[in-house]
Amino acid sequence: MALPQPKLDALDARIAALSMPEDGWPRAAREAALARLREMGLPGPRDEYWRFTRPDTLVQAEAPAAALFENDEAPMFDAFDRLKIVFTDGVFDAEASDDLALEGIEIERLAEAATADLHWARDLYGVLEARGHSPVPRPLAALNTAFAADGVLIRVTGRPSKPVSLIYRHESETSDAYLHHCVKVEAGAELTLLENGPAAARFNNVIEAEIADGGTLHHVRAQGRDHERRAATHVFARLGRQSVFKSFSVTVNGVMTRNECVIELDGEEGVAHVAGACVGDGDFHQDDTVFITHAAERCESRQVFKKVLRNGATGVFQGKILVKPGAQKTDGYQISQSLLLDEDSQFLAKPELEIYADDVACSHGSTSGDIDEDALFYLRARGIPEGEATDILTLAFLAEAVEEIEDETLAGDITARLEAWLARRRG
Amino acid sequence: MLEIKNLHVKLEEEDKAILKGVDLTVEAGKVHAVMGPNGSGKSTLSYVLAGREGYEVTEGTATLDGEDILGMEPEERAAAGLFLAFQYPVEIPGVGNMTFLRTAVNAQRKARGEEEMNSTEFLKTIRARAKELDIDAEMLKRGVNSGFSGGEKKRNEILQMAMLEPRMCILDETDSGLDVDAMKLVAQGVNKLRDAGRGFLVITHYQRLLDHIVPDVVHIMAGGRIVKSGGPELALEVEKNGYADIVEEVA
Ligand SMILES: Nc1ncnc2c1ncn2[C@@H]1O[C@H](COP(=O)(O)OP(=O)(O)O)[C@@H](O)[C@H]1O
Ligand SMILES: [Mg+2]
Repeated sequence: MALPQPKLDALDARIAALSMPEDGWPRAAREAALARLREMGLPGPRDEYWRFTRPDTLVQAEAPAAALFENDEAPMFDAFDRLKIVFTDGVFDAEASDDLALEGIEIERLAEAATADLHWARDLYGVLEARGHSPVPRPLAALNTAFAADGVLIRVTGRPSKPVSLIYRHESETSDAYLHHCVKVEAGAELTLLENGPAAARFNNVIEAEIADGGTLHHVRAQGRDHERRAATHVFARLGRQSVFKSFSVTVNGVMTRNECVIELDGEEGVAHVAGACVGDGDFHQDDTVFITHAAERCESRQVFKKVLRNGATGVFQGKILVKPGAQKTDGYQISQSLLLDEDSQFLAKPELEIYADDVACSHGSTSGDIDEDALFYLRARGIPEGEATDILTLAFLAEAVEEIEDETLAGDITARLEAWLARRRG
Repeated sequence: MLEIKNLHVKLEEEDKAILKGVDLTVEAGKVHAVMGPNGSGKSTLSYVLAGREGYEVTEGTATLDGEDILGMEPEERAAAGLFLAFQYPVEIPGVGNMTFLRTAVNAQRKARGEEEMNSTEFLKTIRARAKELDIDAEMLKRGVNSGFSGGEKKRNEILQMAMLEPRMCILDETDSGLDVDAMKLVAQGVNKLRDAGRGFLVITHYQRLLDHIVPDVVHIMAGGRIVKSGGPELALEVEKNGYADIVEEVA
């Protein structure tokens, strides 16, 4: 079905300033992605999964300017030995990055590998994204596949001694950045992938992850704290037999964040966990849109999202578990909760279950609440001042999401950061 | 030390008077017991003194060492030395008991301009005090009161009191829900803290706790007032004859 003219015009305006890289093997995938985009059009406010989040600033041609954030803290994940790969406003920074060499993995940059004749990533680039438009289109991801000029291609063959850490710096107030990463975890291999930083005034990021039988991918992301930054991210993951994918994101600040996660459990006994903790204050909109498909027997999925909102901040959660026919013994769990620190803030949730198998255990729940006054009084009656007591209860609320991070040191680090960020706000 | 004069309290949300002129003075070094039938206003008195929201003081005063406490925030009252062992301790999952206590101890010290307790000293102290109350390391690690049995919660209240070393301790039905052994532990904990500089207001429904924590003065509360005061023998009288006689006698 052809798009109506206004939608086509909007799309043309959006991509007018973008140029599709003249590279090698990805070029076909790029063309195909653009063709998909021409069929689905950009997201509009009436689209089913865009009712709670206004897409306008993400689809308009120019990125709205975002002031740089004065940050005097130690860099995120600083205490961890990791292989650092730095992108500044979406551009690879060789000087700030480590050598792309680590035992147990092959890492290349998309911009460099794209000219090779044959490449393993050819079977992944744009492939999971293309599969991810059913039942709802994800046009910003197709846009990314078509135009992202760089990113990393990681093939994990063993168990590298340290995480790969993607660091996204933001130095230009008007930058509009696109990165596309492919991660292929071979059978039995294991990787921890870290991401942090604001990346750009507006950031469009895609990760496609293929996890083979018995493989494991841990993903921990801390989205940058620049107040005016915007981000639309997608993670597409496909899991084989007995493989594991765990993804956690912490979002503090940022005027607009849309994180989509599309997971297919394709082999028996796969495990997929997606979790997020967000703290929003004032002009803040954060959206987690998660779609998990159980296509095989005895798989487990968990979604745990916690949002703390105040001064008119908005949190959105749209999460769906789809259990396909035959995916018996599925264990699906989904919880999304918000802690609203005032009456101006709001949490919009759309939890969904769609089940076509009869022997499954799926549960979902969504709650919105304010601070527990009894608990607050109890803490204050022991001498803890109100602000500090509120923070303690806030951290306790977020803890359930942070605990989803398997590595305890990483989880402890995130908790300590959250504690410091909350304390800062208190002044 | 604690001086309550003609205290009248009503609910903030509705026109319901609960305390109707309470007069009570607890001197340093003394243990005062408050007994009374259910609904007589004992917990309300303890909450109002600790600073819980939802109540309105319409008349009267309450001072600690001459300082008005009714105008203070709950945390300021705590730092000034007031402690309430809750009738119903609150469960706070996700906040470690130990972390909570250290934060509380140091917040109070900071408010008083004292040096914070370092973690080694804190650990040493809490281990010793917990042991006396038969609280194991596991309970210290768990969330505050979360999943604790009734008795564990009450012992945890006493542990907090022992760590915070308040000068004015109010215990609201700390004996309820305790078996005899647990009650003895709790009473021991309280008795250990008795000294010349510290006052106690022990609220209880039954006399049996007062066998273990022997009070200097016993007050009977009914209908939002102290209707009778006397020595420990008053508690025995209640035990024998119930409240009805006393309440009738003063009515
Ligand atoms: N927050 C409240 N809302 C409604 N009624 C209350 C509230 N607090 C106390 N009351 C009422 O005040 C009276 C005294 O209660 P309370 O102080 O708990 O008595 P006690 O501790 O002596 O059993 C009771 O009638 C009780 O129902
Ligand atoms: Mg009571």
